[in-house]
Amino acid sequence: MAHDTPTPTRFEPPVSDDTAPFWEATRDKQLVLQWCTSCQKAIFYPRAACPGCLGDTIEWRPATGFGRVHAVSVQHKPANPFMADKVPYAVALVDLDEGVRLMTNIVGCEPDDVAVDMAVRVTWEPLTDGRHLPLFEPSALAD
Amino acid sequence: MADRTLRGQAAIVGVADAASPTGELELTGRALEVTMIAEALADAGLTIADVDGLCYAGFGGMATLGLAEYLGISPRWTDGTNVGGSSYEVHVEHAAAAIAAGLCDVVVGVYASTPRSDRKRSSGGGGGGRRPMPFGPDPRMEFEMPYGLMMPMGAYALSASRHMHSFGTTSEQLAQIAVSTREWAAMNPSARYQDPITIDDVLSSPMQASPLHLLDCCLVTDGAGAFVMTSAERARDLAKPPVHVLGAATCHDHSGIMAMPDLTTTAGAISGPNAFAMAGIKAGDVDLLMGYDSFTITALLHLEDLGFCDKGEGGAFVEDGRTGPGGSLPMNTNGGGLSYTHPGMYGMFLLVEATRQLRGECGPRQVEGAEIAVAHGSGGVLSAMATVVLGTEATL
Repeated sequence: MAHDTPTPTRFEPPVSDDTAPFWEATRDKQLVLQWCTSCQKAIFYPRAACPGCLGDTIEWRPATGFGRVHAVSVQHKPANPFMADKVPYAVALVDLDEGVRLMTNIVGCEPDDVAVDMAVRVTWEPLTDGRHLPLFEPSALAD
Repeated sequence: MADRTLRGQAAIVGVADAASPTGELELTGRALEVTMIAEALADAGLTIADVDGLCYAGFGGMATLGLAEYLGISPRWTDGTNVGGSSYEVHVEHAAAAIAAGLCDVVVGVYASTPRSDRKRSSGGGGGGRRPMPFGPDPRMEFEMPYGLMMPMGAYALSASRHMHSFGTTSEQLAQIAVSTREWAAMNPSARYQDPITIDDVLSSPMQASPLHLLDCCLVTDGAGAFVMTSAERARDLAKPPVHVLGAATCHDHSGIMAMPDLTTTAGAISGPNAFAMAGIKAGDVDLLMGYDSFTITALLHLEDLGFCDKGEGGAFVEDGRTGPGGSLPMNTNGGGLSYTHPGMYGMFLLVEATRQLRGECGPRQVEGAEIAVAHGSGGVLSAMATVVLGTEATL
């Protein structure tokens, strides 16, 4: 029924074979990362082989969800129609404690207050299919 | 491995470009490509019958096949490399290698794109103008698109953010690059923008993706160009003085900005020194830098990565107008992507201007006594770097 379908408020990311476990975990608001059991390094974005050694002995482990802002840009124009009611908003690259970098939005503070090196932690925004999109917010705990 | 070098093996012997102060061109697609090829061949004193090698970064599979068919030629060597805006510098490197190896004699490379007028022609303007939309699941779609980063400027904004944090680079310093580039554009009657601007003008222009303002960003214009290359030996008998390929090198280190290893250091830190080493030059020997300026931060990173200044010193380096007219390192003397033209993949124009400067053809903006010019392209989002060192006959 049409009225049962939530209206998307985001560009909803597609799921690929390599990334399905990542997106499945977000249904329970769990941030998970691939780890190469040879290199003992975290991998992001998910893929079929380790970008360090091309090994395929990869396992999924929970992430702490903590990290720091590596770089940030405040968007004053919406980059797609879903973002129209969100401007201005902060897009950041965040370095997770596990040593990988991901792109995200920083929420929970004014966009212009987001600073490089700021400590952040993961928070979640629901998508229409039960998945969640990982966002980050300032975290006093990690400081 | 001296016998493996490309130094002095091949030369650019013809160039052409098209741009307009309106930002729009009459011709589109194949017609524009053919015009550019014809002009570049005429510049060289050659004809299409001489061409046996073709370089083309058209979108879609088998792009060189369609172009060659249209031109009615049967190239015995072909290169369809497309790594974005630096593709044309890569083409020069590959063409020099192919010529040196005897795979072909005369190579043509061409580019045409008309995004500005295509927007008005709702039906689209033919082969050259349209850009592909992201297609199918890929890392960008899954892990970048949902966050609404304005592209491409957002990727460059992240690099600028990090550069400012790490090195204290200021918005004023970035703005100075746009100001100096505009001073060059004022001497190019084909430039889209020719009126002078100030640092305040840049800083008061609308923020696009912080910390980048509108005037930190390149234009969106129509534009087209072509080059012709042949062996250094044959080049000496043609219509114009040869512009020799002294060095060429390529490196790419990521596709999406999320995966850039170090947001403040590009793969130009590899391609630049490698090209300089092949050419046997140092940064101080360079008379003219055509450094891809999709954004002010792009140009600043090139200055550092190619060794014109130390890492982190780019802001201070440009502060006194050193890259503008009368400065010690003339940069983007045609007015650059910031003020001259930027149809999407700008690298062709770096080669055209460098060639004309080394031939002494640039009128009021001519860099006196220019013997060595560097064309340094950037493709993707600071992803694919390609450095070409060009020199006059005297530099061989």
